[in-house]
Amino acid sequence: MTTVAYARRTTEPTVEAAPRSASNGWWGMVLFVATEATLFTVLLASYFYIRFKTSSGWPPDGIADPKLLRALVMTALLTASGFVMYAAETGIRRGRQRALVLGLGATFLLGLAFLGLQIWETVVVAREFTPRTDTYGSLVFTITGAHSVHLVVGLLLLAWVQGRAWFRAYTAGRHLGVQMAAMYWYFVVVVQVAIFVSLYLTPRI
Amino acid sequence: MEAHVERLEKVWAEPAGIVSFLTSVDHKRIGIRYLFTAFAFFIAAGIEAMVMRAQLARPGERLVSPETYDQLFSLHGTTMIFLFVTPMLSGFGNYCVPLMIGARDMAFPRLNALSYWVFLSSGLFIYASVPFGLAPNDGWFNYVPLSDKVFTPDKNIDFYTLGLIFITISTTAGAANFIVTIFKLRAPGMSINRMPLFCWAVLATSFAVIFALPSLTVANTMLELERNWGFHFFQPAHGGDPLLWQHLFWIFGHPDVYIIFLPAIGIVSSVVPVFSRRSIVGYEWLALATVLTGIVGFGVWVHHMFATGLPQISMTFFSAASFMIVIPSGIQIFAWLATMLTGRPVLKTPFLYVLGFVVVFVIGGLTGVMFAAVPFDQQATDSYFVVAHFHYVLFGGAVFPIFAGIHYWFPKMSGRMYHELAGQVSFWLVFVGFNLTFFPMHISGLLGMPRRVYTYPGGLGWDAYNLLSTIGSGVLAAGILVIALNVLWSLRRGPPALSDPWGGNTLEWSTSSPPPHFNFPVIPIVRSADPNWDVEDRRQDALRLERGELLLADGHQTLATTVLEGEAEDELHMPSESVWPFVLALSLSVVFFGLLMKLYGVAILGCILVAGAIAGWHRPQRELQDQ
Repeated sequence: MTTVAYARRTTEPTVEAAPRSASNGWWGMVLFVATEATLFTVLLASYFYIRFKTSSGWPPDGIADPKLLRALVMTALLTASGFVMYAAETGIRRGRQRALVLGLGATFLLGLAFLGLQIWETVVVAREFTPRTDTYGSLVFTITGAHSVHLVVGLLLLAWVQGRAWFRAYTAGRHLGVQMAAMYWYFVVVVQVAIFVSLYLTPRI
Repeated sequence: MEAHVERLEKVWAEPAGIVSFLTSVDHKRIGIRYLFTAFAFFIAAGIEAMVMRAQLARPGERLVSPETYDQLFSLHGTTMIFLFVTPMLSGFGNYCVPLMIGARDMAFPRLNALSYWVFLSSGLFIYASVPFGLAPNDGWFNYVPLSDKVFTPDKNIDFYTLGLIFITISTTAGAANFIVTIFKLRAPGMSINRMPLFCWAVLATSFAVIFALPSLTVANTMLELERNWGFHFFQPAHGGDPLLWQHLFWIFGHPDVYIIFLPAIGIVSSVVPVFSRRSIVGYEWLALATVLTGIVGFGVWVHHMFATGLPQISMTFFSAASFMIVIPSGIQIFAWLATMLTGRPVLKTPFLYVLGFVVVFVIGGLTGVMFAAVPFDQQATDSYFVVAHFHYVLFGGAVFPIFAGIHYWFPKMSGRMYHELAGQVSFWLVFVGFNLTFFPMHISGLLGMPRRVYTYPGGLGWDAYNLLSTIGSGVLAAGILVIALNVLWSLRRGPPALSDPWGGNTLEWSTSSPPPHFNFPVIPIVRSADPNWDVEDRRQDALRLERGELLLADGHQTLATTVLEGEAEDELHMPSESVWPFVLALSLSVVFFGLLMKLYGVAILGCILVAGAIAGWHRPQRELQDQ
C-alpha cells in the first residue's frame, strides 16, 4: 500500500521532493479564475440579453457600429502577450532564468501597451457615447472597465513575480508564483478575445 | 509518546490575549466565531420577525409604521439568508471539515481568517443602517424599479447593494478554501468515496457558490452604478429591462437556496447514522443526490418569475426542471428513513431535530411541488402561501439541521455536555412553535392574504390565522431562548464530555474534546467511510504515535493527498498566525464606507490600504510555504 510506503519514507524529511500533482495554490487560483470568468460570462450574457430585448437596431439610438481596427490591434497585442507568458513559464519549467525574466518583462510591456490603447479607445468612444447615454453605453463601458481593472491587477501580479524572478526566487521544480500569475494572465487574455467577439464583431452580424 | 505530543503543542501554540484574538488562524476558533456571530444575527433577525408578528397579530394594528415594516421584512430576509444561515453553515464547515478529513487546518488558514473578518465587517456594515433608520426596505430580492433612485432615493438600497457585494468576498473565499481543503488535505486512504457525506455537501455547496455568486455581484454592481453613477441597466426608457435584475438575482438566488440547504442536509447525514447506530443506507446515492441537487439548482431560477409574463416555452422548461429537482430530494429522504428504520434509533436532542427536519421539510417539499406547476404558482404567488412554503423549506430544511448540529457538535467544541432535558424541551417548543407560526399562513395565503402588507382590515377571515401565527412565534422564540440558555449554561456548568460521547463514525470523534490546536497528534490512516468505527485502524494510529510515524511536527505541518484516491503525496507547511487578514478586512471596510458615503477620496485611500495589506500578507517568506 502507498500509505505504508509513505510511513516508511517520512522517517526522513522529504522537503525537497517536488509535489506530484497540482498543489493547493494551483487549485486556489483555478477556483478564483473560475468565479471571475463566471462574472464576465454574466456580464456578457446581460449584454446579449439586452440586445435581444431591443427591437430597434443594435447598437441602438443611432450609435454607429464599433470601429474594428484599434480593437483588433489591442486583441492581437494581448493574445501575443499570452504566448510570451507561456514561453516564460515553459522557460522556468526547464530552469531557464533568463527566459523567465525576459518573458515576464515582455508580457508586462505588451500588457502596458494594451492598457494605453484601451485608454485611447475609451476616449475616442466617449466622444460618441458614454455610460450615461443608454443601456448599450452602460454595458460597453462596464464590461471594458471591468476588464481593465482585471488587467491592472494582472500587471501588478506580473510586476510582483518579475521582482521575485529577478532575485532568482523560482526554480524548475518550484515556481508556483509564476504558474499562478500566468494562469491569471491567460484569463485576462481570453476575456479580451471574448469581449472583442461580443462587443465588436457581433453587432455587425 | 508524551514527548511527541509536547513537541506538537509547542509548535502549534498560539500567543495569548487580544493579539491572539486578532491573529488566530485556527479553523476551530474561526469556526466557533462564525457560529456565535451568525447566531447573534439570527437573534437580530428573530427580533425583527417578532415585531412583524406583533404588528400582524390583529387587524389595523399601529405598532410600527408602513415604512418601518418595509425595513423589518427586508432586513429580516437579508439577515437570515446572508448573515445567519450561510455563515452559520460555514461555521460548521470550518469547524468540522478539517477534523472530519483528518487534516490539521484548512488549506488556506489565513484566507479563512479573512473570510470571517469580512463576514463580520459586512454584517456590521449592513446593520450600521439600522440606527439611522435607513435599513434596506425593498425586500430581500430588492426588485427594480422600486429599488431605483427614483422610488428609493435614500441610502437604504446602497447599504444593501454594497453590503452584499462586500459579503460575497467572504463567501467566495470561503468556498474556494473548502474545495481545496477537501480535495487536497484528506487523510491518507480517504478516497473520495470514503469521504463523510457532510464534506460532500460542503463540496457541492462550495462549487455552487463559485458559479452562483458572481451573478449577485454583477446585479448589485449594476444597480449601484445605476443609482449613483448615472448608468442605465433596468429602465426601459433608456433601453434597459427591469427583468434583467430578476434574472440575475434568481440565477444567483435559486442556487443559493441549495447553498443554504445542502450543508444542512450534510448535518442530517452526519447525525442520522450515528443515532441510528448503523452505517448510512445508500452512501453513493446520497453523495450523488447532493451533487445532482447542486447542479440542477442552476436550472430552475425562472420558477421565481412565472408571474412576469415570460414566453410559455421557457416556463414549461423551467417547470419541468423544478419537478426534476424533487428526485434527488426524494432519494435523500428515503435513504435517511431506511437508515432509521433498519437501525436502533437513540432519541437524543440532535436526532429529534433531524426527525423534525424530515417532517417539516417534506411538507415544504410538497408545497414546492405545487409551486412548480405554473398555473398554481400564478394563483398563489406573492401570497402568504409562499411565505409558508419557503419557511417550511428554509426553517425546516436549514434551521432544524442547524439546531441538530449545535447539539451534536457542542460536546466536541466545548468539551462539555449540554443539558439533555433542556435540549429536548427546546425541540418540542421549536417544533410546535414553528408549525403553529407557519402552518396557518398556508390557509391565510389561500384565503388571499398578500405577503409584505403591514396591516390588513378585519373581517376577511384572516384574523384568527394571524393571531395563531403570532402566538406560535412566541412559542418558537421561547424554544430558541432555551437553546441559547442551554448553550451558555452548559459552556460553564455542563459535565465534561468524552472524546466520543455519541459513538460517532467520523474522525472528529477520534480526537479529544475539545481537540488540540493540531487536531490529531498523528495523521490518521483511513480504510472505510466510517473510520471511527474501525477500532483496529484507530489502534494503529495510536501505535504510530508511539513510534513517532506520520507525526509531522516540524512546524505547522499537514499532509497533502491526491484528489480522488487520497494517496499521501507531500508534507505541507501551513501558515501560522497573522494580523494581515484582519487589516485587509478593515481596509475593505474603508473602501465600502467611502463608496457608501460617496467620499471617493476615502474609497481610493481604502484601495491603497487594501493593496498594502495584500503586500504585507504576501511578504516573501520561505518559498516552501508558497508551495
